[in-house]
Amino acid sequence: MTTFTASELMTVHAARLLRDGDVVFVGVGLPNLACNLARRTHAPNLVMIYEAGVIGARPSRLPLSIGDPTLVTRATSVCSMYDIFTLYLQRGNVDVGFLGGAQIDRFGNINATVIGDYNHPKVRLPGSGGSMEIAGWANRCYIITPHQKRRFPEKVDFATSAGFLNGRAAREASGVRGGGPQAVVTNLGFLEPDENGELVLTAVHPGVTVEEVQANTGWPLKTAANLRVTRPPSE
Amino acid sequence: MSKLCTLKEAIARHVHDGDCVYAAGFTHLIPFAAGHEIIRQGRKDLTLARATPDLIYDQMVAAGCAKKVIYSYIGNPGVGSLRIIRTELEAGRLEFEEYSHFGMISRLQAGAAGLPFMPMNQTAATALEQANPLYRRVTDPYSGREVVVVPALNPDVAIIHVQRCDERGNAHIWGIIGEQKEAAFAARRVILTAEEIVPEEVIRSDPNRTLIPEFVVSAVCHVPYCAHPSYTQGYYDRDNDFYLEWDKLSETPESVQAWLQEWVYGIADREAYWEKVGAETHRRLSVPPLYAAPVNYGEY
Repeated sequence: MTTFTASELMTVHAARLLRDGDVVFVGVGLPNLACNLARRTHAPNLVMIYEAGVIGARPSRLPLSIGDPTLVTRATSVCSMYDIFTLYLQRGNVDVGFLGGAQIDRFGNINATVIGDYNHPKVRLPGSGGSMEIAGWANRCYIITPHQKRRFPEKVDFATSAGFLNGRAAREASGVRGGGPQAVVTNLGFLEPDENGELVLTAVHPGVTVEEVQANTGWPLKTAANLRVTRPPSE
Repeated sequence: MSKLCTLKEAIARHVHDGDCVYAAGFTHLIPFAAGHEIIRQGRKDLTLARATPDLIYDQMVAAGCAKKVIYSYIGNPGVGSLRIIRTELEAGRLEFEEYSHFGMISRLQAGAAGLPFMPMNQTAATALEQANPLYRRVTDPYSGREVVVVPALNPDVAIIHVQRCDERGNAHIWGIIGEQKEAAFAARRVILTAEEIVPEEVIRSDPNRTLIPEFVVSAVCHVPYCAHPSYTQGYYDRDNDFYLEWDKLSETPESVQAWLQEWVYGIADREAYWEKVGAETHRRLSVPPLYAAPVNYGEY
């Protein structure tokens, strides 16, 4: 049997969510690995774009930062940040956004700003970066995060980026163009939004129990009727 | 007319206490040498604006140059937190305005275009809009729908590092071009630092690559390796090791002050800094060349 780390497990499952030809707004870290894996396996026509303004990147090394020079060398195009956020993202030319955050709540809203009160926080986090607009405007969003109770509160302290707000109808009423979160990939399994936009447990990784997932989630987690067990990574 | 001067002269002439400073560059081309010169000259009460304050503003805040930061991401990219800025913010000792990247860049775009504000489609996330009163909403007079707006940002001075420019300030930039052009047009004064000062003919041989024209530029400084530990595409690599080291180094105020003493106050200029960085780091950050195919502009 193949052995792998939690990060490798999440990376492989995130990669499988990508379709050949997708235009993906890539974040640093696991999303970057997932996109590179997908492009080298089932999605050779994947287009990776970065908020720094790089389109069609072909990184030859794993970049530490999201503005690494390897992203530019042999890319299709490089533009300004204003262009990447307007012509590409706001205009609707991005299929997939990958997001992480300090907290993800029951309706897929993401906190990357503060733990506690905004003006007197317990912790001030780095903040939105590109995530507020990616969550709003990418056609599909995927969230990758380790599954821990403190990361999955019922309600985020601060909604930096919109999931389904307090239900799918609320997001629809806002008129925002993107489809919102489609799946949350964790080291325990998959959460996906139901018809109301609430994240429910739809799959567990082999050996993971529903109880274990519930114990690491901060709200009474619904389990899908047809709960799946994920296919493990191959070599 | 030549605008060539030393970085020391440019900072003395164009950066004043209380100014709003935009040291441009998204990860790429961050003008660290200029940040260090501002620290050496003891500027105070600056408003430091950057999408990603990065280590340059962490160092300037540590040195007591800032009263306020305007930002959209206060992380050490790929590493973690900017410890000094975060500590000062959490302690309430540093004023701040926070945006998303797009909000921040839209402020510069408005400033660069001579507009009072810039509209953006809403994102369904309203928490930051509510937290920062400079985010507003207006009604689109054509559709009747609301759009989010941010006010123009017109920094007193922008500092922009480039691969090459002529002595008048016509600048070629390639690689990640972040917000350099917008910062240059938005600012009241512009200090250019360049890896190379080249004859005007070099600039005129490839006009599509000229992002900044001379007439918005106040000073031109020849400062090789200005961007280290950031990078200059094609000239030297990003010093990721230093970004990781800063995470440790910035854990205590004492180690930060010791670092500033050794690497900023105790150093005359970037030439001395680069020599002190040493041959091993020079080798580690060197990059093999990869030239673009030539383009034919035609002899008309």
